[in-house]
Amino acid sequence: MAYNLKQELAKPERFTGGHRLCAGCGASVAARGVLRALDADDKALIGCATGCLQVSGFLYPYTAWQDSYIHSAFENVGATVSGAEACYRAKKKRGEIDENYKFIAFGGDGGTYDIGFQSLSGAMERGHDMVYICYDNEAYMNTGIQRSSSTPQFADATTSPAGSAIPGKQQRKKDMTEVLAAHNIPYVGQTTFISNFKDLHEKARKAIYTQGPTFLNILAPCPRGWRYPNENLMEICKLAVETCVWPLYEIINGEEWILNYQPKNKLPVEDYLRPQGRFFHMFLPGNEWMIQKAQNAVDNKWNSLIKRCN
Amino acid sequence: MAIRDRLSGNEAVAHALKQIGPDVMAAFPITPSTEIPQYFSAYASNGEVDTEFVAVESEHSALSACVGVAASGGRAVTATSSCGLALMWEMLYVASSMRLPIVLAVVNRALTGPININNDHSDSMGARDSGWIQLYAENNQEVYDNTIMAYRIGEHPDVKLPVMACQDGFITSHGIENIELLESDKVTSFIGTFNPDVRLLNPKHPVSMGPYSNASYYMEWKCQQAYAMKQAKQVILDISKEYANISGREYGLFEEYKMEDAERAIVIIGSSAGTAKATVDSLREKGEKVGLIKIRVFRPFPMDELAKALGHVKAVAVMDKAESFSACGGPLFAETRSACYGIPNAPKMINYVYGLGGRDVHVGCIAHVYSDLEKIIKTGDIGETYRHLSVRE
Repeated sequence: MAYNLKQELAKPERFTGGHRLCAGCGASVAARGVLRALDADDKALIGCATGCLQVSGFLYPYTAWQDSYIHSAFENVGATVSGAEACYRAKKKRGEIDENYKFIAFGGDGGTYDIGFQSLSGAMERGHDMVYICYDNEAYMNTGIQRSSSTPQFADATTSPAGSAIPGKQQRKKDMTEVLAAHNIPYVGQTTFISNFKDLHEKARKAIYTQGPTFLNILAPCPRGWRYPNENLMEICKLAVETCVWPLYEIINGEEWILNYQPKNKLPVEDYLRPQGRFFHMFLPGNEWMIQKAQNAVDNKWNSLIKRCN
Repeated sequence: MAIRDRLSGNEAVAHALKQIGPDVMAAFPITPSTEIPQYFSAYASNGEVDTEFVAVESEHSALSACVGVAASGGRAVTATSSCGLALMWEMLYVASSMRLPIVLAVVNRALTGPININNDHSDSMGARDSGWIQLYAENNQEVYDNTIMAYRIGEHPDVKLPVMACQDGFITSHGIENIELLESDKVTSFIGTFNPDVRLLNPKHPVSMGPYSNASYYMEWKCQQAYAMKQAKQVILDISKEYANISGREYGLFEEYKMEDAERAIVIIGSSAGTAKATVDSLREKGEKVGLIKIRVFRPFPMDELAKALGHVKAVAVMDKAESFSACGGPLFAETRSACYGIPNAPKMINYVYGLGGRDVHVGCIAHVYSDLEKIIKTGDIGETYRHLSVRE
């Protein structure tokens, strides 16, 4: 059946309103978008790393999660969900459960790129039938916008502040999608919120319904951390894609690289940087070299991605 | 008929787990507990169990996976020692707060700094306040029995807490002893099935577990855990009695050895109790009124019962196989002295920290402790309360 956003939005929400995420937060958009890809009859067992999505979605005694949901700690959603999935296999084998369950882990970039990296890598290597979703907002937003290994170079974060001696984060963003591809798992996808959410929906479906461990990296902007107006979520995502800062692509079994979208006119990276307060200092006189460096980095990554996808 | 065998402590635990058949074992190797998942993975590979064996990439993930299993409604088990238990620390509290009856086979080993693979109790003693029930074993038979009882105790509706079944690294884990095993069908019917009312894999009633819970509810959460730990004492006694009916082996919260008329006593945990009993026997032959108490259940702590058992004794040495760096004694000492505070004619009490990192403890060491107690009774002078046994000056 062809994708139809209107029909998709008519489905009952599996992550409902009433949660306490900020207006314009990308995390809830990611969670709702992913869960819409579940078949209505399928049960889901959802895990979440400590982070904005956890502390805003499940405040005792309220929960926004309509499916079974577990949070245990920050660095271990990969392991926690792999335990649940192993239990499900044991119970299936023993004939103690009939229903079909899908296992979905959510983590922010802190819980995925950094503190939860080992647990994620282990879960993927062991081959659990689960999806790991990273809602990547490029800093530790829950604790107050500290830099992560996902924070882009030069971004102003509270532990990599743009000062007179050190102009923001010095290191480049870790390429987690490629790191996961190197696990040679059946499916890895990179997406964000674009036009009618078709790319997100299709990748979420593939990730959920491909047997084995799968990973989906979703750029999920944070208006507070990135410092742009709440209502501009979709514009920011579009610019990330049109500048090739965040290409849309997928990798099958670590071997087959597929580019899902090629901008007709690749926009300069400064179009993406300018609307975001975290890059403000890059536009001060004398800092042109920073924008140039950012452009070179994007170009290099993009060119190598194109090569791999051809 | 019980089955007679010769097994190491690790084999005994693995065998108990084979008979129990949990849904999932998630484990990471660390000396000296490594053999437990090793034996168990062989059972899984050979089709002797239908348990899912998950070879996780760390102990933190081992316990995290067990949390996922138990929250889903399955029986979970892991095994670890020393630094492995230390790496689990964060998740110990998560598991107990979620009221998940996970069983953790602890093979006690010294914590690193410097690295040391031998036995003491610094690992599990450090975890004593994490909301887990702690059962300690003197020998291979006891760790086998405790492992089986652990599931029943933790899963009891009045308790719902995780349980550590501890044994001494190498001393019992690798020492082979004669042991009596139960028939597997007896174990199966003793442990029954695990059907928690709240579980993730309940298609009719999805649940959310592990909330953010601030000042408005956190304290009720903790009080419920504390209440469950209080309830656990009676449950442990009841289940131990039930176990005695099928095994013929009786267990309480602690064992009293020649305590009836004892004037001097030591309080001790684990395998050193065996050495201490031999010491008691030889001193008794000389007519000395000595006895010992071996703690089996450290959490919940048998405070009132211990006070009663020590009430008539003149002098007590509490033996800690863990240094707590409190500058005034080890954890067992702190709790035992607290238990005896306020009882009429409370015994004079000293603390010996002993056997750290596998420092040998022999009959002579324990005899030395009893002779110190004799001096205290004779002179009425306690002297230094906080002492270290068999240490270079």
